[in-house]
Amino acid sequence: MSAPTAAASADLPLPASLQEIADDFAAMPEGERLQLLLEFSDELPALPPRLAEHPELLEPVPECQSPIFVLTELDDGAAEGTASAEAPVRLFFSAPAEAPTTRGFAGILAEGLDGHTAAEILSVPADFPLRLSLTKAVSPLRLNGMSGMLARIQRQVREHLAARP
Amino acid sequence: MTDTAPQIAPDTGDPKFAGYAKQDRLVSTQWVADRLGADGPTEPGLVLVESDEDVLLYESGHIPGAVKVDWHTELNDPVTRDYVDGEGFARLMRAKGIARTDTIVVYGDKSNWWAAYALWVFTLFGHEDVRLMDGGRQKWEAEGRELTRTKPAPEPSDYPVVERDDSRIRAYLPEVREAIGEIPLIDVRSPQEYTGERTHMPAYPEEGALRGGHIPTARSVPWATAANEDGTFRSAEELRRIYLDELGLQPEGEIIAYCRIGERSSHTWFVLEHLLGFDSVKNYDGSWTEWGNAVRVPIATGEEPGEAPAR
Repeated sequence: MSAPTAAASADLPLPASLQEIADDFAAMPEGERLQLLLEFSDELPALPPRLAEHPELLEPVPECQSPIFVLTELDDGAAEGTASAEAPVRLFFSAPAEAPTTRGFAGILAEGLDGHTAAEILSVPADFPLRLSLTKAVSPLRLNGMSGMLARIQRQVREHLAARP
Repeated sequence: MTDTAPQIAPDTGDPKFAGYAKQDRLVSTQWVADRLGADGPTEPGLVLVESDEDVLLYESGHIPGAVKVDWHTELNDPVTRDYVDGEGFARLMRAKGIARTDTIVVYGDKSNWWAAYALWVFTLFGHEDVRLMDGGRQKWEAEGRELTRTKPAPEPSDYPVVERDDSRIRAYLPEVREAIGEIPLIDVRSPQEYTGERTHMPAYPEEGALRGGHIPTARSVPWATAANEDGTFRSAEELRRIYLDELGLQPEGEIIAYCRIGERSSHTWFVLEHLLGFDSVKNYDGSWTEWGNAVRVPIATGEEPGEAPAR
Protein backbone atom coordinates (compact mmCIF):
# COMPACT_ATOMS: atom_id res chain seq x y z
CA MET A 1 0.00 0.00 0.00
CA SER A 2 1.26 3.46 -0.82
CA ALA A 3 -0.74 5.24 1.88
CA PRO A 4 1.62 6.90 4.31
CA THR A 5 1.90 5.24 7.69
CA ALA A 6 0.75 8.45 9.26
CA ALA A 7 0.11 7.48 12.85
CA ALA A 8 3.75 7.06 13.78
CA SER A 9 4.87 10.31 12.21
CA ALA A 10 1.93 12.49 13.22
CA ASP A 11 3.91 14.13 16.00
CA LEU A 12 7.02 14.88 13.98
CA PRO A 13 7.41 18.61 13.38
CA LEU A 14 7.43 19.98 9.84
CA PRO A 15 10.21 22.26 8.61
CA ALA A 16 9.09 25.84 9.28
CA SER A 17 8.60 26.60 5.58
CA LEU A 18 6.21 23.69 5.10
CA GLN A 19 4.44 24.39 8.38
CA GLU A 20 3.79 27.91 7.13
CA ILE A 21 2.20 26.55 3.95
CA ALA A 22 0.13 24.07 5.97
CA ASP A 23 -1.03 26.92 8.21
CA ASP A 24 -2.00 29.02 5.18
CA PHE A 25 -4.21 26.21 3.86
CA ALA A 26 -5.71 25.56 7.29
CA ALA A 27 -6.57 29.25 7.70
CA MET A 28 -8.58 29.27 4.47
CA PRO A 29 -12.26 28.42 4.32
CA GLU A 30 -12.78 24.96 2.80
CA GLY A 31 -14.09 26.40 -0.46
CA GLU A 32 -11.02 28.56 -1.10
CA ARG A 33 -8.30 26.00 -0.53
CA LEU A 34 -8.32 24.91 -4.16
CA GLN A 35 -7.71 28.51 -5.12
CA LEU A 36 -4.54 28.55 -3.05
CA LEU A 37 -3.46 25.26 -4.63
CA LEU A 38 -4.03 26.88 -8.03
CA GLU A 39 -1.65 29.69 -7.04
CA PHE A 40 1.04 27.14 -6.27
CA SER A 41 0.30 25.50 -9.61
CA ASP A 42 0.62 28.81 -11.45
CA GLU A 43 3.85 29.68 -9.69
CA LEU A 44 5.70 26.39 -10.23
CA PRO A 45 9.02 27.53 -11.71
CA ALA A 46 9.81 26.41 -15.24
CA LEU A 47 12.79 24.13 -15.76
CA PRO A 48 16.09 25.90 -16.44
CA PRO A 49 17.10 25.53 -20.12
CA ARG A 50 19.86 23.00 -19.38
CA LEU A 51 17.19 20.61 -17.98
CA ALA A 52 14.39 21.59 -20.33
CA GLU A 53 16.61 20.34 -23.14
CA HIS A 54 17.24 17.04 -21.34
CA PRO A 55 13.94 15.89 -19.85
CA GLU A 56 15.33 12.34 -19.62
CA LEU A 57 17.40 13.46 -16.61
CA LEU A 58 14.23 13.82 -14.54
CA GLU A 59 12.58 10.91 -12.73
CA PRO A 60 8.91 10.15 -13.45
CA VAL A 61 6.50 9.92 -10.51
CA PRO A 62 3.99 7.21 -11.44
CA GLU A 63 2.03 7.67 -8.21
CA CYS A 64 0.52 10.77 -9.78
CA GLN A 65 -2.39 10.41 -12.15
CA SER A 66 -0.82 12.96 -14.47
CA PRO A 67 2.71 13.07 -15.83
CA ILE A 68 5.21 14.74 -13.51
CA PHE A 69 8.97 14.52 -13.39
CA VAL A 70 11.28 15.45 -10.56
CA LEU A 71 15.02 15.98 -10.18
CA THR A 72 17.11 16.92 -7.16
CA GLU A 73 20.65 18.27 -7.13
CA LEU A 74 22.97 18.60 -4.17
CA ASP A 75 24.39 22.10 -4.36
CA ASP A 76 27.67 21.58 -2.48
CA GLY A 77 30.05 22.83 -5.15
CA ALA A 78 32.14 25.01 -2.86
CA ALA A 79 32.12 22.53 -0.02
CA GLU A 80 33.48 19.55 -1.94
CA GLY A 81 34.29 16.69 0.38
CA THR A 82 32.60 18.17 3.42
CA ALA A 83 29.65 16.64 5.20
CA SER A 84 26.97 17.25 2.67
CA ALA A 85 23.83 16.70 4.74
CA GLU A 86 24.03 20.44 5.39
CA ALA A 87 24.39 21.24 1.68
CA PRO A 88 21.42 22.91 0.05
CA VAL A 89 19.33 20.85 -2.35
CA ARG A 90 17.84 22.21 -5.57
CA LEU A 91 14.47 20.79 -6.66
CA PHE A 92 13.28 20.75 -10.27
CA PHE A 93 9.83 19.74 -11.51
CA SER A 94 8.22 19.34 -14.87
CA ALA A 95 4.45 18.91 -15.26
CA PRO A 96 2.11 19.98 -18.05
CA ALA A 97 -0.41 22.81 -17.71
CA GLU A 98 -3.29 20.34 -18.15
CA ALA A 99 -2.32 18.72 -14.84
CA PRO A 100 -2.80 21.65 -12.45
CA THR A 101 -3.35 19.53 -9.34
CA THR A 102 -0.05 17.77 -9.82
CA ARG A 103 1.61 21.09 -10.61
CA GLY A 104 0.12 22.49 -7.41
CA PHE A 105 1.61 19.66 -5.34
CA ALA A 106 4.97 20.25 -7.00
CA GLY A 107 4.64 23.99 -6.39
CA ILE A 108 4.16 23.41 -2.66
CA LEU A 109 7.26 21.23 -2.46
CA ALA A 110 9.26 23.71 -4.55
CA GLU A 111 8.20 26.66 -2.42
CA GLY A 112 8.73 24.82 0.85
CA LEU A 113 11.86 22.81 0.16
CA ASP A 114 13.90 24.18 -2.76
CA GLY A 115 17.25 25.40 -1.45
CA HIS A 116 16.81 23.76 1.94
CA THR A 117 19.40 21.37 3.35
CA ALA A 118 19.47 17.68 2.60
CA ALA A 119 18.95 16.98 6.29
CA GLU A 120 15.88 19.17 6.38
CA ILE A 121 14.36 17.55 3.30
CA LEU A 122 14.95 14.10 4.75
CA SER A 123 13.22 15.17 7.96
CA VAL A 124 9.88 15.84 6.27
CA PRO A 125 7.40 13.28 7.63
CA ALA A 126 5.71 11.06 5.05
CA ASP A 127 2.27 12.24 6.11
CA PHE A 128 2.97 15.87 5.19
CA PRO A 129 0.42 15.84 2.30
CA LEU A 130 -2.29 14.79 4.75
CA ARG A 131 -1.52 17.78 6.99
CA LEU A 132 -2.42 20.30 4.30
CA SER A 133 -6.15 20.36 5.09
CA LEU A 134 -6.79 19.28 1.51
CA THR A 135 -8.18 15.79 2.07
CA LYS A 136 -11.75 17.02 1.69
CA ALA A 137 -11.25 19.40 -1.22
CA VAL A 138 -8.85 17.18 -3.15
CA SER A 139 -9.52 13.65 -1.76
CA PRO A 140 -6.96 11.41 -0.06
CA LEU A 141 -6.54 9.33 -3.20
CA ARG A 142 -5.30 12.28 -5.18
CA LEU A 143 -3.00 13.33 -2.33
CA ASN A 144 -1.20 10.00 -2.72
CA GLY A 145 0.47 11.56 -5.73
CA MET A 146 2.15 14.12 -3.55
CA SER A 147 3.35 11.43 -1.14
CA GLY A 148 4.92 9.71 -4.14
CA MET A 149 6.71 12.92 -5.14
CA LEU A 150 8.04 13.46 -1.61
CA ALA A 151 9.22 9.87 -1.30
CA ARG A 152 11.11 10.09 -4.59
CA ILE A 153 12.72 13.39 -3.65
CA GLN A 154 13.90 11.94 -0.35
CA ARG A 155 15.22 8.80 -2.02
CA GLN A 156 17.16 10.88 -4.56
CA VAL A 157 18.64 12.99 -1.76
CA ARG A 158 19.68 9.88 0.17
CA GLU A 159 21.37 8.56 -2.96
CA HIS A 160 23.26 11.85 -3.40
CA LEU A 161 24.51 11.64 0.17
CA ALA A 162 25.51 7.99 -0.17
CA ALA A 163 27.54 8.85 -3.25
CA ARG A 164 29.68 11.36 -1.30
CA PRO A 165 32.96 10.29 0.35
CA MET B 1 -37.66 7.52 -18.91
CA THR B 2 -40.49 9.76 -19.95
CA ASP B 3 -41.37 10.59 -23.50
CA THR B 4 -41.27 14.35 -23.12
CA ALA B 5 -39.26 15.91 -25.89
CA PRO B 6 -36.21 17.89 -24.82
CA GLN B 7 -36.82 21.61 -24.69
CA ILE B 8 -33.62 22.41 -26.50
CA ALA B 9 -33.39 20.97 -29.99
CA PRO B 10 -30.67 18.40 -30.69
CA ASP B 11 -27.47 19.45 -32.43
CA THR B 12 -28.00 18.65 -36.10
CA GLY B 13 -24.97 20.64 -37.25
CA ASP B 14 -22.59 17.68 -37.27
CA PRO B 15 -23.60 15.07 -39.89
CA LYS B 16 -21.90 12.39 -37.79
CA PHE B 17 -24.55 12.75 -35.10
CA ALA B 18 -27.35 11.81 -37.51
CA GLY B 19 -26.03 8.25 -37.66
CA TYR B 20 -26.36 7.55 -33.94
CA ALA B 21 -29.32 5.68 -32.49
CA LYS B 22 -30.12 8.61 -30.21
CA GLN B 23 -29.32 11.84 -31.93
CA ASP B 24 -29.89 14.15 -28.97
CA ARG B 25 -27.07 12.99 -26.67
CA LEU B 26 -24.05 14.64 -28.26
CA VAL B 27 -23.38 18.27 -29.08
CA SER B 28 -20.35 19.68 -30.83
CA THR B 29 -17.96 22.30 -29.49
CA GLN B 30 -19.30 24.61 -32.21
CA TRP B 31 -22.88 24.09 -31.00
CA VAL B 32 -21.81 25.14 -27.51
CA ALA B 33 -19.81 28.10 -28.81
CA ASP B 34 -22.83 29.26 -30.82
CA ARG B 35 -24.86 29.46 -27.61
CA LEU B 36 -22.27 31.21 -25.51
CA GLY B 37 -22.18 34.83 -24.42
CA ALA B 38 -19.53 36.55 -22.38
CA ASP B 39 -20.96 35.19 -19.11
CA GLY B 40 -22.07 31.77 -20.25
CA PRO B 41 -24.87 30.03 -22.13
CA THR B 42 -27.39 32.42 -23.64
CA GLU B 43 -30.03 29.80 -24.32
CA PRO B 44 -32.48 29.53 -21.40
CA GLY B 45 -32.43 26.12 -19.75
CA LEU B 46 -28.95 25.25 -21.00
CA VAL B 47 -26.34 24.44 -18.33
CA LEU B 48 -22.70 23.57 -18.93
CA VAL B 49 -21.05 21.20 -16.46
CA GLU B 50 -17.33 20.46 -16.40
CA SER B 51 -16.31 17.15 -14.81
CA ASP B 52 -12.63 16.24 -14.76
CA GLU B 53 -10.26 13.77 -13.28
CA ASP B 54 -7.98 16.64 -12.25
CA VAL B 55 -9.74 18.43 -9.40
CA LEU B 56 -8.04 21.75 -10.21
CA LEU B 57 -8.49 21.82 -13.97
CA TYR B 58 -11.79 23.71 -13.81
CA GLU B 59 -10.18 26.36 -11.58
CA SER B 60 -7.33 26.74 -14.07
CA GLY B 61 -9.85 27.79 -16.74
CA HIS B 62 -13.26 26.59 -17.97
CA ILE B 63 -15.89 27.42 -20.56
CA PRO B 64 -17.57 30.69 -19.54
CA GLY B 65 -20.57 30.03 -17.31
CA ALA B 66 -19.80 26.35 -16.78
CA VAL B 67 -20.21 24.94 -13.28
CA LYS B 68 -17.98 22.21 -11.89
CA VAL B 69 -19.10 18.81 -10.65
CA ASP B 70 -16.35 16.69 -9.11
CA TRP B 71 -16.82 12.91 -9.11
CA HIS B 72 -14.65 12.33 -6.03
CA THR B 73 -15.83 15.05 -3.72
CA GLU B 74 -19.38 15.70 -4.93
CA LEU B 75 -20.91 12.65 -6.66
CA ASN B 76 -19.53 10.08 -4.21
CA ASP B 77 -20.81 9.58 -0.70
CA PRO B 78 -17.99 10.68 1.60
CA VAL B 79 -18.22 7.58 3.79
CA THR B 80 -19.79 4.61 2.02
CA ARG B 81 -18.47 3.53 -1.38
CA ASP B 82 -21.61 4.66 -3.19
CA TYR B 83 -23.06 7.70 -4.87
CA VAL B 84 -24.90 10.42 -3.03
CA ASP B 85 -28.57 9.76 -2.27
CA GLY B 86 -31.61 11.64 -3.52
CA GLU B 87 -31.25 14.35 -0.88
CA GLY B 88 -27.56 14.77 -1.59
CA PHE B 89 -28.09 14.95 -5.33
CA ALA B 90 -30.86 17.52 -4.98
CA ARG B 91 -28.61 19.60 -2.70
CA LEU B 92 -25.81 19.42 -5.26
CA MET B 93 -28.04 20.37 -8.19
CA ARG B 94 -29.62 23.23 -6.25
CA ALA B 95 -26.22 24.63 -5.35
CA LYS B 96 -25.15 24.46 -8.99
CA GLY B 97 -28.31 26.23 -10.08
CA ILE B 98 -29.48 23.28 -12.18
CA ALA B 99 -33.23 22.73 -12.59
CA ARG B 100 -34.82 19.35 -13.22
CA THR B 101 -35.94 20.41 -16.71
CA ASP B 102 -32.59 21.92 -17.71
CA THR B 103 -30.55 20.61 -20.59
CA ILE B 104 -27.15 19.68 -19.11
CA VAL B 105 -24.14 19.52 -21.39
CA VAL B 106 -21.21 17.80 -19.67
CA TYR B 107 -17.62 18.00 -20.85
CA GLY B 108 -14.28 17.16 -19.27
CA ASP B 109 -10.71 15.96 -19.56
CA LYS B 110 -9.38 12.53 -20.54
CA SER B 111 -11.66 12.06 -23.57
CA ASN B 112 -14.74 12.75 -21.47
CA TRP B 113 -14.32 9.77 -19.12
CA TRP B 114 -15.43 11.72 -16.09
CA ALA B 115 -18.01 13.63 -18.07
CA ALA B 116 -19.52 10.31 -19.14
CA TYR B 117 -19.32 9.14 -15.54
CA ALA B 118 -21.18 12.25 -14.35
CA LEU B 119 -23.74 11.79 -17.11
CA TRP B 120 -24.26 8.20 -16.02
CA VAL B 121 -24.75 9.26 -12.38
CA PHE B 122 -27.19 12.00 -13.44
CA THR B 123 -29.06 9.29 -15.31
CA LEU B 124 -29.32 7.21 -12.11
CA PHE B 125 -31.37 10.10 -10.78
CA GLY B 126 -33.46 10.20 -13.94
CA HIS B 127 -32.32 13.61 -15.12
CA GLU B 128 -33.91 13.57 -18.53
CA ASP B 129 -31.82 15.74 -20.80
CA VAL B 130 -28.11 15.34 -20.23
CA ARG B 131 -25.67 15.39 -23.15
CA LEU B 132 -21.94 15.23 -23.74
CA MET B 133 -19.87 17.75 -25.65
CA ASP B 134 -18.10 15.61 -28.25
CA GLY B 135 -14.33 15.78 -27.82
CA GLY B 136 -14.59 17.36 -24.38
CA ARG B 137 -12.15 19.84 -22.99
CA GLN B 138 -9.31 18.61 -25.16
CA LYS B 139 -11.10 19.55 -28.39
CA TRP B 140 -12.37 22.86 -27.02
CA GLU B 141 -8.80 23.82 -26.08
CA ALA B 142 -7.30 22.50 -29.29
CA GLU B 143 -9.66 24.76 -31.20
CA GLY B 144 -8.37 27.72 -29.24
CA ARG B 145 -11.77 28.50 -27.78
CA GLU B 146 -12.30 30.72 -24.79
CA LEU B 147 -11.61 29.59 -21.23
CA THR B 148 -12.07 31.75 -18.17
CA ARG B 149 -11.23 31.59 -14.49
CA THR B 150 -14.31 33.58 -13.57
CA LYS B 151 -16.69 31.30 -11.69
CA PRO B 152 -20.41 31.74 -12.22
CA ALA B 153 -22.59 32.47 -9.20
CA PRO B 154 -25.76 30.59 -10.14
CA GLU B 155 -29.08 31.28 -8.46
CA PRO B 156 -29.93 28.20 -6.36
CA SER B 157 -32.53 26.04 -8.08
CA ASP B 158 -35.47 24.14 -6.62
CA TYR B 159 -34.27 20.72 -7.82
CA PRO B 160 -36.61 18.09 -6.37
CA VAL B 161 -35.50 15.14 -4.27
CA VAL B 162 -35.62 12.14 -6.58
CA GLU B 163 -34.53 8.76 -5.30
CA ARG B 164 -31.75 7.11 -7.25
CA ASP B 165 -32.86 4.19 -9.40
CA ASP B 166 -29.93 1.79 -9.82
CA SER B 167 -32.00 -1.03 -11.29
CA ARG B 168 -31.78 -0.19 -14.98
CA ILE B 169 -28.18 0.87 -15.62
CA ARG B 170 -26.10 -0.12 -12.59
CA ALA B 171 -24.85 -3.63 -11.81
CA TYR B 172 -23.64 -4.94 -8.45
CA LEU B 173 -21.22 -7.79 -7.85
CA PRO B 174 -23.79 -10.57 -7.19
CA GLU B 175 -25.59 -9.74 -10.43
CA VAL B 176 -22.32 -9.75 -12.36
CA ARG B 177 -21.42 -13.11 -10.83
CA GLU B 178 -24.75 -14.54 -11.96
CA ALA B 179 -24.20 -13.04 -15.39
CA ILE B 180 -21.02 -15.02 -16.11
CA GLY B 181 -21.73 -17.30 -19.03
CA GLU B 182 -25.25 -15.91 -19.34
CA ILE B 183 -24.90 -12.42 -20.76
CA PRO B 184 -21.98 -10.62 -22.43
CA LEU B 185 -19.46 -8.88 -20.17
CA ILE B 186 -17.23 -6.18 -21.58
CA ASP B 187 -13.90 -5.33 -19.94
CA VAL B 188 -12.85 -1.88 -21.16
CA ARG B 189 -9.50 -1.65 -19.34
CA SER B 190 -6.11 -1.74 -21.03
CA PRO B 191 -4.91 -5.11 -22.39
CA GLN B 192 -2.32 -5.36 -19.59
CA GLU B 193 -4.99 -4.99 -16.96
CA TYR B 194 -7.20 -7.54 -18.73
CA THR B 195 -4.54 -10.24 -18.86
CA GLY B 196 -3.59 -9.69 -15.24
CA GLU B 197 -0.13 -8.46 -16.05
CA ARG B 198 -0.99 -5.44 -13.94
CA THR B 199 -3.83 -4.62 -11.60
CA HIS B 200 -4.20 -0.98 -12.43
CA MET B 201 -3.82 1.09 -15.47
CA PRO B 202 -0.40 2.28 -16.50
CA ALA B 203 0.53 5.35 -14.40
CA TYR B 204 -2.39 4.87 -12.00
CA PRO B 205 -0.86 2.66 -9.33
CA GLU B 206 -2.81 3.85 -6.34
CA GLU B 207 -6.18 2.30 -7.09
CA GLY B 208 -4.96 -1.24 -7.23
CA ALA B 209 -6.42 -4.60 -6.51
CA LEU B 210 -5.00 -7.65 -4.80
CA ARG B 211 -5.53 -9.91 -7.81
CA GLY B 212 -5.08 -9.29 -11.52
CA GLY B 213 -7.01 -10.61 -14.49
CA HIS B 214 -10.59 -10.33 -15.65
CA ILE B 215 -14.05 -11.67 -14.95
CA PRO B 216 -14.34 -15.05 -16.77
CA THR B 217 -16.02 -14.78 -20.20
CA ALA B 218 -15.54 -10.97 -20.34
CA ARG B 219 -14.33 -9.76 -23.71
CA SER B 220 -11.58 -7.16 -23.88
CA VAL B 221 -12.68 -3.99 -25.63
CA PRO B 222 -10.56 -1.08 -24.35
CA TRP B 223 -12.65 2.08 -24.02
CA ALA B 224 -10.44 3.95 -26.49
CA THR B 225 -11.68 1.66 -29.25
CA ALA B 226 -14.72 3.94 -29.34
CA ALA B 227 -12.77 7.20 -29.47
CA ASN B 228 -10.87 9.13 -32.09
CA GLU B 229 -7.47 10.69 -31.46
CA ASP B 230 -9.04 14.08 -30.75
CA GLY B 231 -11.26 12.63 -28.01
CA THR B 232 -14.45 12.60 -30.10
CA PHE B 233 -16.56 9.47 -30.51
CA ARG B 234 -16.17 7.33 -33.61
CA SER B 235 -18.92 7.38 -36.20
CA ALA B 236 -21.97 5.15 -35.86
CA GLU B 237 -20.73 3.03 -38.72
CA GLU B 238 -17.35 2.43 -37.05
CA LEU B 239 -19.00 1.73 -33.69
CA ARG B 240 -21.40 -0.79 -35.24
CA ARG B 241 -18.50 -2.55 -36.91
CA ILE B 242 -16.61 -2.83 -33.61
CA TYR B 243 -19.39 -3.78 -31.22
CA LEU B 244 -21.89 -5.57 -33.48
CA ASP B 245 -19.91 -7.08 -36.34
CA GLU B 246 -16.60 -7.88 -34.64
CA LEU B 247 -17.82 -8.52 -31.13
CA GLY B 248 -21.18 -9.96 -32.06
CA LEU B 249 -23.16 -8.04 -29.46
CA GLN B 250 -26.93 -8.00 -29.83
CA PRO B 251 -28.57 -4.58 -29.38
CA GLU B 252 -31.66 -6.19 -27.87
CA GLY B 253 -29.77 -8.28 -25.31
CA GLU B 254 -28.31 -7.35 -21.94
CA ILE B 255 -24.71 -6.22 -21.51
CA ILE B 256 -22.56 -5.32 -18.52
CA ALA B 257 -19.44 -3.18 -18.86
CA TYR B 258 -16.75 -2.68 -16.23
CA CYS B 259 -13.29 -1.21 -15.79
CA ARG B 260 -11.41 -0.26 -12.62
CA ILE B 261 -13.76 2.09 -10.80
CA GLY B 262 -16.47 2.61 -13.39
CA GLU B 263 -15.26 5.75 -15.13
CA ARG B 264 -13.91 4.29 -18.37
CA SER B 265 -16.85 1.89 -18.56
CA SER B 266 -19.19 4.89 -18.32
CA HIS B 267 -17.64 6.00 -21.60
CA THR B 268 -18.43 2.62 -23.17
CA TRP B 269 -21.85 2.59 -21.48
CA PHE B 270 -22.61 5.91 -23.19
CA VAL B 271 -21.61 4.45 -26.55
CA LEU B 272 -23.77 1.34 -26.21
CA GLU B 273 -26.74 3.01 -24.51
CA HIS B 274 -27.00 6.20 -26.52
CA LEU B 275 -24.90 6.08 -29.67
CA LEU B 276 -25.81 2.49 -30.59
CA GLY B 277 -29.13 2.41 -28.72
CA PHE B 278 -28.78 -0.98 -27.01
CA ASP B 279 -31.79 -1.97 -24.92
CA SER B 280 -30.15 -2.90 -21.64
CA VAL B 281 -26.63 -1.78 -20.79
CA LYS B 282 -25.36 -1.72 -17.23
CA ASN B 283 -22.20 -0.27 -15.78
CA TYR B 284 -20.62 -2.34 -13.01
CA ASP B 285 -19.03 0.54 -11.12
CA GLY B 286 -17.57 -1.70 -8.42
CA SER B 287 -15.42 -2.90 -11.28
CA TRP B 288 -11.96 -4.35 -10.78
CA THR B 289 -11.26 -2.53 -7.53
CA GLU B 290 -14.12 -4.58 -6.08
CA TRP B 291 -13.83 -7.83 -8.06
CA GLY B 292 -10.03 -8.01 -7.80
CA ASN B 293 -10.26 -7.66 -4.01
CA ALA B 294 -13.30 -9.87 -3.39
CA VAL B 295 -12.86 -13.28 -1.79
CA ARG B 296 -13.61 -16.42 -3.87
CA VAL B 297 -14.91 -14.77 -7.02
CA PRO B 298 -13.70 -16.48 -10.20
CA ILE B 299 -10.91 -14.77 -12.14
CA ALA B 300 -9.43 -15.55 -15.54
CA THR B 301 -5.92 -14.48 -16.56
CA GLY B 302 -4.28 -14.17 -19.95
CA GLU B 303 -5.64 -13.06 -23.27
CA GLU B 304 -8.53 -15.51 -23.52
CA PRO B 305 -11.93 -14.63 -22.01
CA GLY B 306 -11.98 -17.95 -20.15
CA GLU B 307 -14.79 -20.34 -19.29
CA ALA B 308 -17.71 -19.81 -16.96
CA PRO B 309 -17.04 -21.85 -13.81
CA ALA B 310 -19.30 -24.84 -13.20
CA ARG B 311 -22.27 -23.92 -11.06
